Amino acid sequence: MVEIEIDGKALQVADGSTIIEAAHKLGTYIPHFCYHKKLSIAANCRMCLVQVEKAPKPMPACATIATNGMKVFTHSEQAITAQKAVMEFLLINHPLDCPICDQGGECQLQDLAVGYGESASKYEEEKRVVPDKDLGPLVSTDMTRCINCTRCIRFTAEIAGFMELGQSYRGEHAEVMPFIGKTVDTELSGNLIDLCPVGALTSKPFRFSARTWELSRRKSVSPHDGLGSNLIVQTKHDKVMRVLPLENEDINECWLTDKERFSYQGLNSAERLTKPMVKQGGAWQEVDWNVALDYVSHALRDVAKTHGGEAIGGLLSPHATLEEMYLAQKLLRGLGSENVDFRLRQTDFSADGKRKGTPWLGMKIAAISRLDRVLVVGSFLRKDHPLIAQRLRQSAKRGTQVSVLHSADDDLLIKLTARAIAAPSQLPAVMAQIVKATLQLKGVAADAALAGVTVSTEAQAIAQSLVSGNEGGSGILLGNFAQQHPQAATLQALGHQLASALGGKFGFLGEAANSVGGYVAKAVPGTVNGNAGLNAAAMLKDPRQAYVVLGAEPELDCADGAQALAALSKAAAVVVLSPFKSQAMLDYAAVLLPVSPFSETSGTFINTEGRVQSFYAAAKPLGETRPAWKVLRVLGNLLDVAGFEFNSSEDVRAEALGDTPGFVSGLDNGINAVMLNLMASTNGLERVADVPIHFADSLVRRAPALQQARDSAAPTARMNKALLAKLGVAAGDHVRVGAGGTATVTLAAELDVGVPDGVVRIAAAHADTCALGAMSAALTVEKV
Amino acid sequence: MALIDTINPLLTTGWSKGDAGWSLKDYEARGGYAQLKRILASKMTQDEVIAEVKKSALRGRGGAGFPAGLKWSFMPKAAPEKYVVCNTDEGEPGTFKDRDLLRYDPHSTIEGMIIAAYAVGAKRGYNYIHGEIFDIYQRFEEALDQARAAGYLGERILGSDFSFDLFAHHGWGAYICGEETGLLESIEGKKGQPRYKPPFPANFGLYGRPTTINNTETFAAIPFIMGMGGEAYLNLGKPNNGGTKLFSVSGHVNRPGNYEVPMGTPFAKLLEMAGGMRGGRKLKAVIPGGSSAPVLPADVIMDCTMDYDSIAKAGSMLGSGAVIVMDETVCMVKALERLSYFYFEESCGQCTPCREGSGWLYRVVHRIEHGEGRAEDLDLLNRVTDNMMGKTICALADAAAFPVRSFIKHFKSEFEYHIEHKKCLVDPEVQRAGSGFFRASSAAGAA
Repeated sequence: MVEIEIDGKALQVADGSTIIEAAHKLGTYIPHFCYHKKLSIAANCRMCLVQVEKAPKPMPACATIATNGMKVFTHSEQAITAQKAVMEFLLINHPLDCPICDQGGECQLQDLAVGYGESASKYEEEKRVVPDKDLGPLVSTDMTRCINCTRCIRFTAEIAGFMELGQSYRGEHAEVMPFIGKTVDTELSGNLIDLCPVGALTSKPFRFSARTWELSRRKSVSPHDGLGSNLIVQTKHDKVMRVLPLENEDINECWLTDKERFSYQGLNSAERLTKPMVKQGGAWQEVDWNVALDYVSHALRDVAKTHGGEAIGGLLSPHATLEEMYLAQKLLRGLGSENVDFRLRQTDFSADGKRKGTPWLGMKIAAISRLDRVLVVGSFLRKDHPLIAQRLRQSAKRGTQVSVLHSADDDLLIKLTARAIAAPSQLPAVMAQIVKATLQLKGVAADAALAGVTVSTEAQAIAQSLVSGNEGGSGILLGNFAQQHPQAATLQALGHQLASALGGKFGFLGEAANSVGGYVAKAVPGTVNGNAGLNAAAMLKDPRQAYVVLGAEPELDCADGAQALAALSKAAAVVVLSPFKSQAMLDYAAVLLPVSPFSETSGTFINTEGRVQSFYAAAKPLGETRPAWKVLRVLGNLLDVAGFEFNSSEDVRAEALGDTPGFVSGLDNGINAVMLNLMASTNGLERVADVPIHFADSLVRRAPALQQARDSAAPTARMNKALLAKLGVAAGDHVRVGAGGTATVTLAAELDVGVPDGVVRIAAAHADTCALGAMSAALTVEKV
Repeated sequence: MALIDTINPLLTTGWSKGDAGWSLKDYEARGGYAQLKRILASKMTQDEVIAEVKKSALRGRGGAGFPAGLKWSFMPKAAPEKYVVCNTDEGEPGTFKDRDLLRYDPHSTIEGMIIAAYAVGAKRGYNYIHGEIFDIYQRFEEALDQARAAGYLGERILGSDFSFDLFAHHGWGAYICGEETGLLESIEGKKGQPRYKPPFPANFGLYGRPTTINNTETFAAIPFIMGMGGEAYLNLGKPNNGGTKLFSVSGHVNRPGNYEVPMGTPFAKLLEMAGGMRGGRKLKAVIPGGSSAPVLPADVIMDCTMDYDSIAKAGSMLGSGAVIVMDETVCMVKALERLSYFYFEESCGQCTPCREGSGWLYRVVHRIEHGEGRAEDLDLLNRVTDNMMGKTICALADAAAFPVRSFIKHFKSEFEYHIEHKKCLVDPEVQRAGSGFFRASSAAGAA
């Protein structure tokens, strides 16, 4: 600790602290532009110049390290003179076009100019004009306003991991620009808008649509991945205009992914369902709510009466709120059905009944940053969990060793220590090798199940990295791909064993906003009435008479979209509660009930670390849309199901959670007596199916700006060189892909050197590839 | 001609044969690499070498004049990986000494760098040569090949335990890459922009490793200092200003060129060696240390001796030793306009005061020169320089400000005349005649 004095106030700060950090501790504001607590120090804007006793000239507070006995003056004549001088320089070439600038009212330069600028400029020469740049569909540029603070450049290089922006030319001609002909394609690009202290980088979807002071603000929670990023949802006349990050160091820090930031556009989509609809005689009719609910209650009651409750299946989106899932499962169980599930993309349910608790991250999100050895198994980490990837990127720079076991070799923009890339069928075997090698290195005897396992060099390298860490400092994380894997239970058992051997943490990276909440809401079969129900896969494989679909688009959101579509089309009654309508829904559904998206309802998401995060509606429901919990509550009443006397979503939450703690209990990734299944069964080419970041749920699929981003490119058939050669196909050629059935799809072939031999990578969750069926199905590929 | 005149030549002893005397055998014939051999054979300690350099009072020849021995002593002893870097990015307008040093005697710089590497414990070195003198870069590469072949570079030099290799690296023509940390960034393949200091290169230099970075002339002096002893070298010059120095004399003299003289030589003597004023015209002003040094009027400079302390006392800097001589035909406003344009173009653009201020300065001086000056402009220029100086990461803002302030200070009446009369105090015809590039003609004068 060193003791310093700022403006006469003494304080102690940690060694190595800068003056600006010390001042911040005291609550003393020092004006700045280039400084940002999450970025490296550039010291280029010079706005934070302060007087330091005995220093011959003013010093930048952001870069000057506090030393014992240092006396700092932030408001002395020397400091103020320097700060005003810098402000004058910043403004001489700034266009001062605040009235037409989107940043107006929330501009750091504007704010500080009030405090440090003069009312008139002494600069009477010609002003600089800088050509604008095309950064893509999300970030708009007005580069003449740029003050060259380089925050954006440092963000791409340091936080997003790849320097997509740089400063070209010198001096007054200096320009921030992307690589020639390239856009900024990081999945975190929207943060540039927040970071830019002026109006040079603004939001393309939002710009010119509202002034900041016209917007109402509500705290909310991201409905997308399992992180549960905290949001500020801004509305005008009950329309969501913009989403910004709400800083929460324990979750999203000060960042948001583009998906979280721009998906709000989907809320205003033309595909919003605004009135209840009923299909009568093959034609859709808009009806009143009481008619629709009457229809639904009769339909469900009829099916239950005629075929038994088990003839009804419930498919719940993992992006639905805790309250919605709780009421949905309660309703279905009230009708005598145990067939309810939210794990729509899961294929291996053999762990059901053997789990020791709810699968979760295995640690706090913030604790990920403290791991010193990490193995990420089966994850498209950068696209599935961009902000967790960001945390690991920073950890790796500090010396954390990160290794990967996966079936694709996408650049995570994280410095990896070791990696093993294997076909999906080989993942359990390689995982077993890592476990065996770790046990050997630890000098522990491996159990019989691992006897026949031969350790590969890659697995050995991963094990060596893991073993070299601090006691208890390692973490094994299973990603979406591992959770969707046909041998997911084996991977879980092995992961658990590996973490136990290392004395480390073991966790699942929650795929969706309520991947933990679904378990807490009991939205899984067999939890209440014994082991009688059907899971998501089973209730589609073995079609039901009726389905209740909550918030999901099963043809895109289920592991086997084709099978889901077939089952739903065959069913006598499909009741869909959704904020959106789609052609598929109009084809298979009998009733469409417009329910609120996250922005128009109160509710709760339980994130992957088990944190309970409730939120209020940010806007009034659109048209006749109603919050799903209210709809389900009325349906419960109409169907005479007991225990549906809720007056608020808080009542529902109280029943689902008990007294709401900050974190739910019962989280445990342990698993009992799972038979390891290391067998690799393949016939034909194996498919690696990723869920592209902008296709993962029904909201983001309808966000137009995101759909233009590079991450939203149409699916291709990605193969390595060997396979392309074997098929006689060149990159760019079209190939016909089949999955055993009659349906085929035609896709462009793409070279991806990271795809293992005998594997074709084709994205799922996309209309173009829905016909291929199961995400893990064996494929045939032929040249068109 | 390689060499015109010297007093007590050291660095330029090898220049007499011009382009025929640069190679290894010539250098060895002059006693080259003898000091390296002696140091390695006698197993001199690192501290002994540094002590000798300290004794010599050799000050950095690149411009800042920081004592070289002291700089070397800042290098952490224990660090496993260290670098020695030579700054031949001779970008300061008026300076052309390092170019000739590498052209006529590259091995003295190489030997100096090897000795420096030995003293600070570096295993690897780079010489950053600016891009406009590509033939010099090629010559240095050739010299490196010779030194490597002779065993002066590489593993276990001359059979000792000491290993060191040296590489040449050429820039692409940015003044800012002559700033030492901008230069390091450039070697690393990044945009040449100075780093915030501290940490200084001795702690965090090339690739983040401790690095000693000196000017070419500084390194070139090392073999001579080791040869004659630090004390004798110091005594060539005057206290705190040891040794001899190369001066690049340019401008309105009869024999522009490089002159090696002992520190403390009167300016009048240097001017005389350079053949005196061209056309016998009157001396008006001298920039004594490269374009960023404040200008000194004739009467002030004529009383100065050429060393760090005397020039500093007179209100300027010895800098890199680039002596720009201006006679009475020079319009000081036009001269300043040219200098200000240089700094405007060469500011790297990272720090606000320099990026914005250098353009402001140029535009105002440009306006004055072109008859659009305003009464308040001189105060404005002084205020803008006040706001630039000492407020940036590197000294380029100061370098842009010094000429403006000193020109206005010493030649205020000329600026005022320009502003008031919208034309130059020095008749354009006279200016053209003085430039040496145009023949005076009455027609031109009338136009």
